[in-house]
Amino acid sequence: MDITPSLLALQLVTGIALGAIYALLALGLSLIFGMLTVVNFAHGAFFMVGAFVGLYFMGLTGNFWFSLVLTPLVVGAIGLVTERFLVRPLYGRGIDYPLLLTFGLSWVLIEAMRILFGIEGMPSSTPPALRGAVDLGIGFFPKYRLFLIVATAVVVLALWLFLEKTRYGLIVRAGSRDGEICRVLGIDIARVWLAVFGIGCAIAGLSGVLAAPTRAVNPEMGIHVLAESFVVTVVGGMGSLVGAVVAGLLVGVVFAMTSLFAPDLAELSIFVLMAVVLLLRPQGLFGKAGLMG
Amino acid sequence: MTAAIALIRRHRVAAVILFLLVFPLLMPYQALAINILIFGLFAVGYNLLFGYTGLLSFGHAAFLGVGSYLTGIGMVHLGLHWLPALLLGVASAALAGVLIGWLAIRTRGIYFAMVTLALAQIVYYAFYKAEHWTGGENGLRGIQVPSIELAGFKLDFLNPTTKYYVILLFVAAALWFVSRLLASPFGAVIEAVRENEQRAAACGYDVARTKLLVFVISAALCGLAGSLRALHLSVVPIDSLHYLLSGQAVMMCLLGGMGTFFGPFVGAAVFLTLEDVVTTMTSHWMAVVGTVFMVFVLYFPAGLWGTLVRRIDKASS
Amino acid sequence: MDHTSQPPVSRSRRNVVAAGAALAAAPALFHVARAQAAAIKIGFPVPLTGAFSTEAQDQVRAAELAVKEWNAAGGHKGQRCELLVRDTKLNSGEAATRTLELIEKDKVNFIVGSLSAATQLSINAVTRERKVLFNSISQSDTINEAKDWSLYTFHEALNPHLTAGAVARYAFPKFGKKVVYLTADYAYGHEMVRGFQRAGQAMGMQTLADIRHPLGAADYSAFLPRIQSLKPDILVLCNFGRDLVNSAKQATDFGIKQGTKIITPVLLYTARQAGGADAFDGILGGTSYYWGMEDKIPSAKKLNDAYRKAYAGAVPSDYGALGYAGIRSVLQAVKDADATDSQRVAIALRQLKYDWYKGPQFYRKCDHQSVQSVIIVESKSKGMKDKNDVFNVLAIEPADEKNLRSCVEMGHKVS
Repeated sequence: MDITPSLLALQLVTGIALGAIYALLALGLSLIFGMLTVVNFAHGAFFMVGAFVGLYFMGLTGNFWFSLVLTPLVVGAIGLVTERFLVRPLYGRGIDYPLLLTFGLSWVLIEAMRILFGIEGMPSSTPPALRGAVDLGIGFFPKYRLFLIVATAVVVLALWLFLEKTRYGLIVRAGSRDGEICRVLGIDIARVWLAVFGIGCAIAGLSGVLAAPTRAVNPEMGIHVLAESFVVTVVGGMGSLVGAVVAGLLVGVVFAMTSLFAPDLAELSIFVLMAVVLLLRPQGLFGKAGLMG
Repeated sequence: MTAAIALIRRHRVAAVILFLLVFPLLMPYQALAINILIFGLFAVGYNLLFGYTGLLSFGHAAFLGVGSYLTGIGMVHLGLHWLPALLLGVASAALAGVLIGWLAIRTRGIYFAMVTLALAQIVYYAFYKAEHWTGGENGLRGIQVPSIELAGFKLDFLNPTTKYYVILLFVAAALWFVSRLLASPFGAVIEAVRENEQRAAACGYDVARTKLLVFVISAALCGLAGSLRALHLSVVPIDSLHYLLSGQAVMMCLLGGMGTFFGPFVGAAVFLTLEDVVTTMTSHWMAVVGTVFMVFVLYFPAGLWGTLVRRIDKASS
Repeated sequence: MDHTSQPPVSRSRRNVVAAGAALAAAPALFHVARAQAAAIKIGFPVPLTGAFSTEAQDQVRAAELAVKEWNAAGGHKGQRCELLVRDTKLNSGEAATRTLELIEKDKVNFIVGSLSAATQLSINAVTRERKVLFNSISQSDTINEAKDWSLYTFHEALNPHLTAGAVARYAFPKFGKKVVYLTADYAYGHEMVRGFQRAGQAMGMQTLADIRHPLGAADYSAFLPRIQSLKPDILVLCNFGRDLVNSAKQATDFGIKQGTKIITPVLLYTARQAGGADAFDGILGGTSYYWGMEDKIPSAKKLNDAYRKAYAGAVPSDYGALGYAGIRSVLQAVKDADATDSQRVAIALRQLKYDWYKGPQFYRKCDHQSVQSVIIVESKSKGMKDKNDVFNVLAIEPADEKNLRSCVEMGHKVS
């Protein structure tokens, strides 16, 4: 075949860039699951909302960076409302119910975007500062995708710092270990869960606005993404943030490499990976055994 | 009144079938009524696993799809008559149930849901790629059943009313089977597993084997629904295997009432009718159906039928 | 519970009677009063929701225009036409159900539709069994092959073989011999590639690779490094609609356009509007219709003017125009046959020679494929007079039967 080392290297970089988006998505999903044991089936929809809101702000202000900051706040706010009024009543009823509710919610969100922004979606383009391709020596690679890798790293670092180094992060981590004890200690655990859901949705929205310049933005764009997010979250381990990042990159690279050698099997390969992990090690690479057993 | 209810309860299958006999008169068009029969059966089959055994599967479209496709393949590629093709569909779905079930029941809770989703997606891709047999994305066409010979009578299958009653025959038989199963000791074991797996195991029941058996029976019933669907639509679309259909099964069970005999049927009827009616009124049907669904999850978790049954129970106690 | 009060039985019996009456009345709610003079009903199942909703809604607008024009001209002996639009949700199962509804409940005379290869095939499966005329307005190579075809099946739209062939005949001689295909992995994508390769064979084209991507993929970055390293003269994006928008964007991002010409078999007006000037800059492709040809084709101008008048200055898109033509052909055949049943109208449709919007057309006898021209367009990014002016018309390949696959190849016995 026509595979050269530089092609392999470029494909690897492509896989990492792909994995960056996967990692961000899985991060939000895993956060919500790990802390609240809620499977957010509307995650893809929040991603899509983020893309639309992001484009809207970009159109309004003409500034990509502005939009990058505003969008997660807006989507996070929607997440807060969702948790407070739709998900909270369902705690204690079993894990099926929030899952089913968010499934219904995704339909409503998709239609809401259709009503607000039209059925054809919005045209998107790369922000001028990040346009063009860079010669990496192994081939040309879009500047924007390099930015994506950096942006993901920044978000992961920020989240890690928040969880590990701040007091509120400590509370969040404690809450996921044992909500009862936290309540006994006088912490309003409901507030914590509210915040975590909001953060998870905000990250989903951020992934959306980051992904928007690379692909068509339309109301259906989240459906595909949801399945992929689940694959990554399962492989990494539901509830593990390290797992989300590692699995995101892993899945991205697996997908990219399979695309090189057997492109029509690429999508199948990630589902096979998911099945294999679930059967051999259901808690994923980094998940806690017995979680949600 | 209580005596009437008790009578209906005892002969629930007969009551349901009686209702279904007159059902076409209530529906705007037969094709919708037939869809409700088919998806009602699909939901009932799914409910056996979800409502009665407590296992949330997100991959049941695989069994509907396998049933549809193997029936279609039997007729189009193997030249089988419709009845052997139908049996082939059901048997294949049951076999798929054995394979997927055996792999899936090693996992629990949310992982079970995820693994069924993943395995069903693999089935989807396999059928998608096998273009020669399945038509790939174009679907399997050529399933033509102009007339059916039944007990010496030649019936015009293209006549929508005739089609409805022929399909009802199979659905009624399946419902009778499910009712018998649920009323049997095995039915009690199933519910015991749902309530408390460890206790059921402590009582000496082979939980894994029970789960697998239910899985296979559920798969066979969904496969039957799929086979009937192939005969109804004359095509097998590729999205018969897609996870959105699996999601619909869950929705229907929830809307109607999980853990009740007739609930899933009601759920299927409500869901399909709602979708049908709302689609003619507005193009934003997704928002309406999604909202209705959320309302049910929040305020009527027992579903329409389930809530009704509970009210009747309370009133008669 | 108070047992001394009025026994609940009579109240509940009243309720039962009331409920029964409501149930009995239910069908009446759904049965609309029959119109006085029996109208000619055409069912129009199209994907009003989903990925192709924009194209489908344009089809509805154009179809309604055709119906309005025909009714205004007196219809057929006073009989008007009624268009029954239904949403297939881009789902073949739903399309089959809708078609059954249209035939069994609404008792339509004919069916025209629907966007997407799979959907039209499933509609066709239903209509041919019940001997209802179906005029398909969406691309497919399969619908007129002997296996799927019937005397009641007509195909107004282009097919992949013809479109790909036309684009190949135009572009291949101009840009080089080495070609790479990035193909959506479904029947339609495969048919496109086959069309290109057949036409390219005669010109000595060399296929470096045929890379299959999953249908509906959002991200093509995994395929682009390899394409970059192959350095083809031509990259053919064998996909459609949103897939085309995504792959065009990302190929542009990866700098493929430096040194490679990107062509595509079907360049949709709506895709170009959605993707924007940058992504599509320099991309060339085929289409069934572009409003910009009105200076060359008189019937195009007529359609555009009527559409502009009816829809506040908007112009019909490619698929929109197909909606118009699909309806108009059937209605003309009704007039010609002086009948409203599918069999006689089908016979009249077979003889029809028409020019509704793009030049002369007719249906080939063996497979009812509408023999028509293919327009080669290139996307503009500079000098656009208004938001509709997005393409340059490079060439119009005239209608010619020999550009289609032969009747024998399609499985038909040549009579």
